[in-house]
Amino acid sequence: MSLLYEFFIGPFAEFPFMRRALAACLALSLGAAPIGVFLMLRRMSLIGDAMAHAILPGAAVGYLVAGFSLGAMTAGGLVAGFAVAILAGLVARGTNLKEDTALAAFYIISLAAGVTIVSSRGSNVDVLRILFGSVLALDPETLALMAAATSLTLLTLALLLRPLVLEFVDSGFLASVSRIGGPAHLIFLGLTVLNLVAAFHAIGTLLAVGVMILPAASARLWTNDLTRLIGLAVAIAFVSSLGGLLLSFHFALAAGPAIILVAGGAYALSLFAGQAGGWAARRPPRRHLEA
Amino acid sequence: MPNFCRNVITLVGLFWFAAASPALAQAQRLPVVASFSILGDMARQIGGERVEVTDIVAPNQDAHVFQPSPADIRKVGAARVILVNGLGFEPAVDRMVSSARQKSTVVSAGVTPLREAASHPGHGHGAKGAPDPHAWQSVGNAKLYARAIAAALVAADADGKAAYETNLAAYLAKLDALDAEIRAAIAALPADRRAFATTHDALGYFAAAYGVTIHTLQGVSTESEPSAGDLARLIRKVKALKAPAVFLENVTDPRKAQTIARETGAKLGGTLFSDSLSLATGPAPTYIDMMRHNVREIAKALAP
Repeated sequence: MSLLYEFFIGPFAEFPFMRRALAACLALSLGAAPIGVFLMLRRMSLIGDAMAHAILPGAAVGYLVAGFSLGAMTAGGLVAGFAVAILAGLVARGTNLKEDTALAAFYIISLAAGVTIVSSRGSNVDVLRILFGSVLALDPETLALMAAATSLTLLTLALLLRPLVLEFVDSGFLASVSRIGGPAHLIFLGLTVLNLVAAFHAIGTLLAVGVMILPAASARLWTNDLTRLIGLAVAIAFVSSLGGLLLSFHFALAAGPAIILVAGGAYALSLFAGQAGGWAARRPPRRHLEA
Repeated sequence: MPNFCRNVITLVGLFWFAAASPALAQAQRLPVVASFSILGDMARQIGGERVEVTDIVAPNQDAHVFQPSPADIRKVGAARVILVNGLGFEPAVDRMVSSARQKSTVVSAGVTPLREAASHPGHGHGAKGAPDPHAWQSVGNAKLYARAIAAALVAADADGKAAYETNLAAYLAKLDALDAEIRAAIAALPADRRAFATTHDALGYFAAAYGVTIHTLQGVSTESEPSAGDLARLIRKVKALKAPAVFLENVTDPRKAQTIARETGAKLGGTLFSDSLSLATGPAPTYIDMMRHNVREIAKALAP
């Protein structure tokens, strides 16, 4: 009993930085996992990835202007992430390139631009910090920012649930009864950027999209019901972050990557054992013995 | 940025000079490349007017994780004297030197290396017990560096022997004065307050030479990211030892030091320069300024 306490509770009871990391992960799971579910259902997983990369040059310009300032880097990330999502849509519509190509082009350009900007002023260590975040050194202001982003996300998702669901179930029907589809899509893109920026402070731009997509994809393999899907994704995200933090604490692993790897483990398990589309569930039932 | 401008101006000047008077080209200054800013400063002090020193890793950059640019490789190819610290401090520069078929002078050759602390297994450059490269943090070692640099300059430019030796003697005298100054500053602190924590274990030689206890967050290298377990161990350590101060470092994450200060109640010290000098306008543009600045910050944070 005391061993269990030592392993699971002790680290958080003893160290405020572990509690802050856990609170950040809870905020992240509550906000980012539902966004991930909608990204997945709307077939926008790659758009999320591209936006996550696009945040890097924006945050880098903020860094260039004001150093490691929470406000400047957040604002820069928001603007750049949103800009790439819009630009990729424009390229896909206005040229003969498809959206996946447009996104791939944008995101590799963003990554190169971001690294160039940061390394022109700071050291490589600064680049690493932006790419991989520092969930262990979150100050109260960053935590407040992440919690605010999550609250805004949950409220907005609650208001927009109907149009968002209808659009991927039957977009033709939604367009025939209401004109909210377009604005809802834009607001959803905005929420995605907001959550990516919040996640970037904790686990960095390269891994931020991991807390969105991995729990959503895992949950999808267990259930077909949207409400359960969202709940399960949040639960998987939070348990993964808890597991990652504990692994980082007890086995001296880098915290951000450990969190994503635990989520990756949940995904692998779901691929195999998932009741609604996993490998085991999809095997044809064995033939009964026939006379 | 001023450094970059100065290099460009020098380069443009050299081209103009070479084009305008080919006969005078031999009178050019001895091209010296130093792997990082502290060695560059020492080479300038000893070489004086006779040498043209270029630093590969600029002030305020981190030599541990440095990646060379093509311009750096060209500079190494053109150098007559290449100064490196050795002890595994600058692997990227070593690779550059050997690929340019050049030979470098290892200035730490005479130093008795300290071993990396064994109390943080699994961190640092590689094998446990690898030598700690930051030998210049003890002024005694800096004097060995100065002698090695002077010998390398003399070997490449025998005409300058007298000038180099005069400069070396003057520099060694300054280093002796610096050493005495540091000892006096530490002696003025009460014995139970000669301890602090820092985010980067670069001050092992300083601790050994001047009798200060230093607790670290990371191993010797900034290549490894500290895990939650590392951070927890350090916080426990600072709390248990009642270390009176925590120091930031100019090359690693200041937020981690703030986290430790917040959770242990230790005083947050100023910036210590360990692996690189500051820019010319900063508080540590030369090696001697750097050591003086560090001791001042340490004494300020540890004073009761």
